[in-house]
Amino acid sequence: MSSDAMAIPSAGTAARPWVEVVHEWVTTVDHKRLGILYIVYALAFLVVGGIEATIIRIQLIRPHNDFVSPQVFNRMFTMHGTTMIFFVAMPVLFGFANYLVPLMIGARDMAFPRLNAFSFWLTAFGGILLYFSFLGGSGLYGAGNAPDVGWWAYAPLAAKAFSPGHSSDYWTIALLVSGFGSVGTAINLIATILCMRCPGMTLNRMPLLAWLNLVMSGMVLIVITPLTAAQIMLLVDRYLGGHFFDTQAGGSATIWMHFFWIFGHPEVYVLIIPCFAFMSEIIPVFSRKPIFGYPVMVGATVCIAFVSLSVWAHHMFTIGMNSYANSFFTITTMVVGVPTGIKIFNWLGTMWGGRIQFKTPMLFSIGFLFQFLIAGLTGIMLASAPFDWQLSLSYFVVAHFHYVIVGGILFALFAAFYYWYPKITGRMLSETLGKFHFWLFLIGFHVTFDVMHIPGLLGMPRRIYTYEPRPGWETLNLIVTIGAFIQGIAILIFVTNLVLSYFKGAKAGNDPWDAWTLEWSVSSPPPPYNFASIPVVASRRPLWDLKHPEDPDSRYE
Amino acid sequence: MRRTEQTRRLVSKAAGIAVLLGGGLLAGSLCFGASQNPSQVPSIFDPHSTPAESIYQLSHFVLLITGLIFAVVFTLLTYVVVKYRKRPCDADREPTQVYGSTQIELAWTVIPILIVVVLFLATARVIHSIQDAQKPASALEVVAIGHQFWWEFRYPRLGIITANELHVLVSDPAQPTPTFLTLLSADTDHSFWVPQLAGKTDLIPNRVNHMWMDPYQTGVFLGQCAQYCGTQHAKMLLRVYVESSGEFDAWVHAQQQPAVRDEDVSAGRRVFETTSCINCHAIGGSVADGRFGPDLTHLMSRHTIASGAAENTKANLRLWVQTPDAIKPGSLMPAMQLSNPDLDALVDYLVTLR
Repeated sequence: MSSDAMAIPSAGTAARPWVEVVHEWVTTVDHKRLGILYIVYALAFLVVGGIEATIIRIQLIRPHNDFVSPQVFNRMFTMHGTTMIFFVAMPVLFGFANYLVPLMIGARDMAFPRLNAFSFWLTAFGGILLYFSFLGGSGLYGAGNAPDVGWWAYAPLAAKAFSPGHSSDYWTIALLVSGFGSVGTAINLIATILCMRCPGMTLNRMPLLAWLNLVMSGMVLIVITPLTAAQIMLLVDRYLGGHFFDTQAGGSATIWMHFFWIFGHPEVYVLIIPCFAFMSEIIPVFSRKPIFGYPVMVGATVCIAFVSLSVWAHHMFTIGMNSYANSFFTITTMVVGVPTGIKIFNWLGTMWGGRIQFKTPMLFSIGFLFQFLIAGLTGIMLASAPFDWQLSLSYFVVAHFHYVIVGGILFALFAAFYYWYPKITGRMLSETLGKFHFWLFLIGFHVTFDVMHIPGLLGMPRRIYTYEPRPGWETLNLIVTIGAFIQGIAILIFVTNLVLSYFKGAKAGNDPWDAWTLEWSVSSPPPPYNFASIPVVASRRPLWDLKHPEDPDSRYE
Repeated sequence: MRRTEQTRRLVSKAAGIAVLLGGGLLAGSLCFGASQNPSQVPSIFDPHSTPAESIYQLSHFVLLITGLIFAVVFTLLTYVVVKYRKRPCDADREPTQVYGSTQIELAWTVIPILIVVVLFLATARVIHSIQDAQKPASALEVVAIGHQFWWEFRYPRLGIITANELHVLVSDPAQPTPTFLTLLSADTDHSFWVPQLAGKTDLIPNRVNHMWMDPYQTGVFLGQCAQYCGTQHAKMLLRVYVESSGEFDAWVHAQQQPAVRDEDVSAGRRVFETTSCINCHAIGGSVADGRFGPDLTHLMSRHTIASGAAENTKANLRLWVQTPDAIKPGSLMPAMQLSNPDLDALVDYLVTLR
């Protein structure tokens, strides 16, 4: 084990002109700073996307409400979906990967620091382009500003005939640009994980977080490609007279769906696999046991990655595919449930026989397990094609994927924030505020999204700006909106906690959770270039070996 | 002290979850209970046609299996959280370090695979029974065409064109008279969804889709467009009138007549035929033969206008012609900007189109 105590010349904390500080952050190629930039950028967009969600929920609080016009409502759900997926979930996960992967594999930086910076700024410009559409989208047509074609931008709704002006172009180019950023980061992560591991860290000893981000990066390389291809084809249609998706000239609307969903479904796994990674690091530490079935966890993840590339058309059960295609995508989709189930069981196996400490990160992790279980089960319902003919495109499916994205991904992210914030800032997040945040968010989440399933079962389609006063629909939508506000308050507590703790939080020290991976061996925040001397590891839990020399893991692996 | 506090927290958490789940189920069942009148709530759990019924049966099976999985895993999770929580007496000892178990891994791999096989077989059977059903000779054929933001229904064998309100025959299981729909789109993607009669199928431009239903109860069934199709996707509502053969034949007979020609309202007809109304609307037996908007030959035989957005009354018709945005902002019906006398005459004419 290396020592962390070697003094590294401090960067001089004396007051410097703010221009210099900004310049330093803008030109940085340090993986930790880029990680923080990604995370802060994503948090800013989380607030924006949250405001859009609030507008949607206020409009739906009662039937025939006229809080916003249909045009504005359609922009809101389009921007909400696009923002949350591409400019919140992707960047925040890349941010954590950027920050943590080099630290956890004992490297001093990512493999390609400049590519790393380039990728971040591409992603950042993507988000800015998307939001610039509020100003520039009308073009010369006066055709309405932000995109309003839904986050799938189905053909031919995104074609020039139905989407004049430039709003859809901003959507297209924002995704193209940020897609390049994602590919850059994915290449960087793969190269880093494969080539930069410290001595002794064989693939078999890598922390699961590194393994899962490796798999996620591989998926990004595969699935961003069809999305990019489709976006370019759409641009060709719109500006160069192409007819790929131009149904009035013989183009195909369904081809766009295939292109989009062969990106879109694996994308869900691109987002959830890093969250599995957080769970696989946090649950063991707070259960005080190593992860149960390490090789199986890796295998299950790789299995999920492969199978998830063959399930995309379950988003298209209603487009009139023949019975063989529907059966095929039913079975592949259900099969994904097997490795996913294995992961849940392994986390339970990790907790089994442990001494579980209910610190805030663990609370969010348990919330994740509970909600991800339910999300998986409603996923099985949606995988059953005939059942899906009823559930698809309704509020049931909206509730389902919010269970995945909020109940799963966001809960895992909150766990990660509470767990690694001390490492990143050197200060602990307040446990009291954290517990308030957790319970309030848990209640808000369940009030919103448990209830949201039911209007779907009662025939309420998604993406409608208003609805008829039908029994059930009214009360349920009111409850859903109330839940959304409870979540909003919880998020405010979280943001308050982030800010207050940065200034007033207790000092964290190197290793506040008594954890076992390499990032906890260095100071908090870690010094530039992380390790004064590169560590050497002999097992999956190098700090366990260090703390228990009488009974090291290396003896059993 | 600490221990009791922790226990209390756990109990309150478990209670909270139980209340949430129970509340959800209660709210759900209340709503389903309220769905006794088929015309009020288009619940998928209140089927009145074979495709919807087979899905309903399948959903019971899927809900049962997933419910069992939930019960098992949730019990495990609760057990683990309660049993293996850190206790003060544990001091600083670390628990036994366990790295895994091949037998257990094998068990929780094989059992889910078996469950998947069972679920798949049950599903595949229903897919086949619905999608590959043979069309009997007695079937009623309807072509449904999705438009921004309304439905066109054509009965090719009966020579009828109507809009937004689909009339079909009730189907006696002994002598089935199902309705087979051919689904087309004139512009963007739409989706035909009447939950109590069948699952949804999309209407996609440049593609021909099919679906069928055999409602075995008369009445009005509600639905709406389920695939986002543009600004007024929300008010692209859908009604299916399931009628006995007597009622249906009378409706067909009435629809096959040319438009009523009432000389008392010739002023209004002149307004209609000399303005841009005829660019989009057709009225059988007149010069109006536009196909962009709904056929108005028997406008007053329909209960709603603007694809279900408003009741078909004289006042609403007047409002709709004058300021469509008041009823359905963003619809493709233009404000006609007629003078008051012209508008009155026009509406007087429209209400004669029985």
